[in-house]
Amino acid sequence: MISSAVIMSALELGCIYALVALALFLSFRVLNIADMTTDGAFTLGCAVSATLAVAGHPVLALPAAMLAGACAGFVTSGLQTKLGIPSILAGIITNTGLYTVNLAVMGFSSNVNMMKAKTIFAMLQPGLGGAYKLLPVALITLTAAVLLVVFLKTRLGLSIRATGDNPDMVRASSINTGFTITVGLCLSNALTALSGAVLAQYQKTADINLGTGMVIIGLASLIIGETLMPKGKLWSKALGAVLGSVLYRFIIAIALRLDLPSECLKLISAVIVALAIGLPAIKSALKPATKGGNAKC
Amino acid sequence: MLKIHNISKTFNPGTVNEKKALSNLNLELAKGDFVTILGSNGAGKSTLFNAIAGSFVVDGGSIVLDGQNITNLPDYKRSKFIGRLFQDPLKGTAPNMTIEENLALAYMRASRGTSPFSMVSSRDRKEFREKLAMLDLGLEDRMNHPVGLLSGGQRQALTLLMATLVTPKLLLLDEHTAALDPATAEKVLALTKKIVAENAITCLMITHNIPSALALGNRTIMMKDGSIVMELAGEKRAAMTTEDLLRAFHAQGVENDRILFSAEMK
Repeated sequence: MISSAVIMSALELGCIYALVALALFLSFRVLNIADMTTDGAFTLGCAVSATLAVAGHPVLALPAAMLAGACAGFVTSGLQTKLGIPSILAGIITNTGLYTVNLAVMGFSSNVNMMKAKTIFAMLQPGLGGAYKLLPVALITLTAAVLLVVFLKTRLGLSIRATGDNPDMVRASSINTGFTITVGLCLSNALTALSGAVLAQYQKTADINLGTGMVIIGLASLIIGETLMPKGKLWSKALGAVLGSVLYRFIIAIALRLDLPSECLKLISAVIVALAIGLPAIKSALKPATKGGNAKC
Repeated sequence: MLKIHNISKTFNPGTVNEKKALSNLNLELAKGDFVTILGSNGAGKSTLFNAIAGSFVVDGGSIVLDGQNITNLPDYKRSKFIGRLFQDPLKGTAPNMTIEENLALAYMRASRGTSPFSMVSSRDRKEFREKLAMLDLGLEDRMNHPVGLLSGGQRQALTLLMATLVTPKLLLLDEHTAALDPATAEKVLALTKKIVAENAITCLMITHNIPSALALGNRTIMMKDGSIVMELAGEKRAAMTTEDLLRAFHAQGVENDRILFSAEMK
């Protein structure tokens, strides 16, 4: 009942959205910040990519989108570290502002039609044949995942990880948490925007609402990945984010095959995320009360 | 080495909760001084440490460390040359990172000029191993284990190593053995003594244990209501017994069950 075309597109979309899962791995898991900028940054990536592709620069569109995403992350981190706005609120504020920015990038129109625009996929099609979509997106995502893992092992990466793990300790080891949070959020939003940028060229359209609910979709993928992969190592966590994202797309594809209306997808995502994050609490509630139930040391 | 001149700090000024935590406090430390600090709860001992470490900016006065005025320096910049241990052993280490990664973080204080994108080198790793072996806890064979798996005592010993990995100009020990069991506390205290002596680190240590306040270091001060009410050094300190000091406590009106208890335990 599932054709190879469906599998192909699930793989392709999974790889594209995996960048959001990786971004949230960095902000939500590593830095311990629920970054609500994600939705807006995704749309920003779409908008920048679509506009530049229409202008004839599909390749330049990707780094440009990443830069735009990093700027969005910079604003959120500034609100948080310089003005002392709580992290969730800081993200929501940036996200709200981005709505106008995104419309402006698309020339104050709610969508960009890219039917006649040249995309990176169109450029690669003659050389790659049937895999002209899957190969480049898989390459981009895996490169991003490898670079992210390597980065997190560098001195700067260690400081960012420690910031999310124990801020008290970080300040006592001469690291400026304001700086590490800024770098982390710039990087994660650059990844999110890259995801949006690739998606816009993939589906040849950009829309102001593309990013809505993206943070939940990304979290769902991340959490699915975490349940699949062994805990501990960084690379296994990053790989889990990618796998989780692909699996999430398969779940969606199956749901659509079962004639579930596509309007239900966001509700399903929300339920998956709520259940997955709440799982430890649900487990301990179902278990008979044992002494010292809190296993965290 | 450290010159604290007339510092004051009032929390919640102008409210019913107003609390004068430090009042015109003066303290001067020579290089290599090891000062133990006694005082009841709320005497301002930890507030003094917070002022030195830069957790807040003092209302008045100045703090000069090794010729540099650090009164208005942010905390993360001061921690380049001030090492600090807290009572809570969980505060000093990142639980989800490995022992090696924690040490690498502590080592960054020394690595000015190295690229932020550089990684832990095999030379660093070898040095970490050697230093860990000195703790005699077998941690050198567990460098890739997350710190969260260690016991409180092991974590505190590791924190001590991290705080002194790059020899600090000043080491602040805030009852760093109080949360450990007696045997482990003894061990961490012995380690502290060894590391401080070997590197001639200028050190301030808060304790509620009179015997160890007298046994460790070369000076003892007693705090009350945000200022220093008694100072012991030299012969006067050497001749002081636990009972004498306890009497001195009463004379100063410093009442503290924990201090009494620790004295009686002896």
